[in-house]
Amino acid sequence: MPEESKRLKHKNLLGMGDLDREDIILVLDSAVSMKEISYRPIKKVPTLQGKTIVNLFFEPSTRTKTSFEIAGKRLGADTINFTGKSSSVVKGETTLDTARNIEAMLPDMLVIRHECSGAPQMLAQYLKCPIINAGDGAHEHPTQALLDMYTIRERKNRIEGLNVAIVGDITHSRVARSNVFGMTRMGAHVTVAGPPTLLPPGIEKLGCKVTDKLEEAIDGADVVMMLRVQLERFETKLFPSLREYSERWGLNVRNVELARPDAIVMHPGPINRGVEISPEVADGPRSVILDQVQNGVAVRMALLYLMTGRS
Amino acid sequence: MSEARIVMDAKSMERALNRMAHQILERNRGVEGLVFIGIRARGDYLAKRLAAFLDKLEGASDKDRLPIGALDITLYRDDIELVRPEVRTSEVPGGTIANKSVILVDDVLFTGRTARAALDALMGYGRPKSIQLAVLVDRGHRELPISADYAALKVETARGQEVIVNLAEDGKNDSVLLK
Repeated sequence: MPEESKRLKHKNLLGMGDLDREDIILVLDSAVSMKEISYRPIKKVPTLQGKTIVNLFFEPSTRTKTSFEIAGKRLGADTINFTGKSSSVVKGETTLDTARNIEAMLPDMLVIRHECSGAPQMLAQYLKCPIINAGDGAHEHPTQALLDMYTIRERKNRIEGLNVAIVGDITHSRVARSNVFGMTRMGAHVTVAGPPTLLPPGIEKLGCKVTDKLEEAIDGADVVMMLRVQLERFETKLFPSLREYSERWGLNVRNVELARPDAIVMHPGPINRGVEISPEVADGPRSVILDQVQNGVAVRMALLYLMTGRS
Repeated sequence: MSEARIVMDAKSMERALNRMAHQILERNRGVEGLVFIGIRARGDYLAKRLAAFLDKLEGASDKDRLPIGALDITLYRDDIELVRPEVRTSEVPGGTIANKSVILVDDVLFTGRTARAALDALMGYGRPKSIQLAVLVDRGHRELPISADYAALKVETARGQEVIVNLAEDGKNDSVLLK
C-alpha cells in the first residue's frame, strides 16, 4: 500500500503562523476521523503505542490539560502530566532547566502551557523534541483556535465567508489572537469587539475589523465568540465594575437576537456566568460550548498523530 | 514489468460476487445477525455489492436491508511508526458489532497485514459472534496466519507482481488486472 504520508510543514505548533491553509484543513479533516474513536465501545487505538507525551503545565488548566491527556491516551500513547505547583519550579528551577530535564527522559512530544508569552518559542530553540503550545500568556493558543474552527465547520459546513464576532477582553486573550490568525486565513470575516481599554492597539493589522460597540459586532454574525474577563491578568483597573461590564458587554437573551437566526454561540471556557455571558445563553440552544470541549479531544488527537511521525 | 493481463472482467466479477453471496448465505444459514463491513478503500464498495446481492436473494424490503459499514485501518497499521497516511472515517452500523456475524470484505488478500489490522480495529466495536473474511482476489504470499473464508478468485502471482482492482464506483470498468 504505497500511500503518501500527510504531515504538517513545521515540526512544532507554536502559533497559528506555523500552519498554512492546507495544514489547517489537514488537521480538521483528520479530526473528523479521530472524533469517531471516542464513540466506540472501546475508545482507544494502538497508533501511538510506545510514544511518550509530556504535558508541561506551568499555569493552571482544566480543559486543555485533560483534553491533551485524553487525546494521547485514546491514541495509545503514554501521557505524563507535570504541573508547575507540584514541581521543582517552586524550588527556583528555571523553565528551560525544567524542560531540559524532562527532555532528557526522551519524550516524543512536549505540550507546554506557560503564563509567559513566548515561553514555548524560547524552549523550541533549545529542545529537539516537537512542541505544541497549549497557551502562552496573552500570546497564542493554537489548539483552541483549531477546535473552534472544527466546531464552526461541523455546524456550518464551512468557515470561508462567515461573519465571526469575537467579543470581550481581546488584549489578554491568546484565544482571540490565534482565532483571528486562523479564521482570517480560512477566509472568515472576523470582527473583534470590546471596551477600548481591552482592545490592543494594532490588532486590525491581523486582518480583522475592530469595534468598541457590542451591537455592531454581533449584528448579522454567524458565530459569536465570547471571551472570559481575565481578571487575574489585569494589572490596573480596566473597567469600573463586573456589573457594569456585564450590562454593557455581556451576551444575553436580548442582544443575541441581533445575530443571525442560526448563529452559534461559543466560549473557550472557563465561563464567568453572568459576567460575559448570561446562563440562559450559555446553556441555550445556540450554545456550542460543550461541543467545543468535545471536539478539542479530536483535534488534539489529529495533531498528536500528524506531529509524532517524524524520524 | 510485462503488460497488464486481465484476470477478471466485469461479467465474471458480477458472477463471482453473486456466487460468493450464495456461499455466505449458505454457510450462515440465512442473514440473521449478519453485518457487512468493507475495508477502505474498495472493500467498502464490494461490501455494498455483496449485501445488495444477499438482499435480492432474500427479497429484503427497504427497511430490512443488511447493515453495511466501512472500516479505515490506518491507525492499526504495523508500519505506522514510519508513515502518516490520511486517516479516513470508520462507520460501523449502530456503533457496535457485539453478537453480530461480521462479513469483513476486502478487494485483495496478499500479505494478510491489512486483514490483521482490520481484525484489531473491529475488536474496538465489541465482541462479535464471528468474523468471516471475504475477498475478491486471493493472490497468495501470506506473511501472517490469515486465510479467507470466501475468495471470488484465487490467482497465482509472483511476489513482485501487482494486482489492480478497478471498480465502477471509482468511475472505471469493473476488472482485475495482473501486472
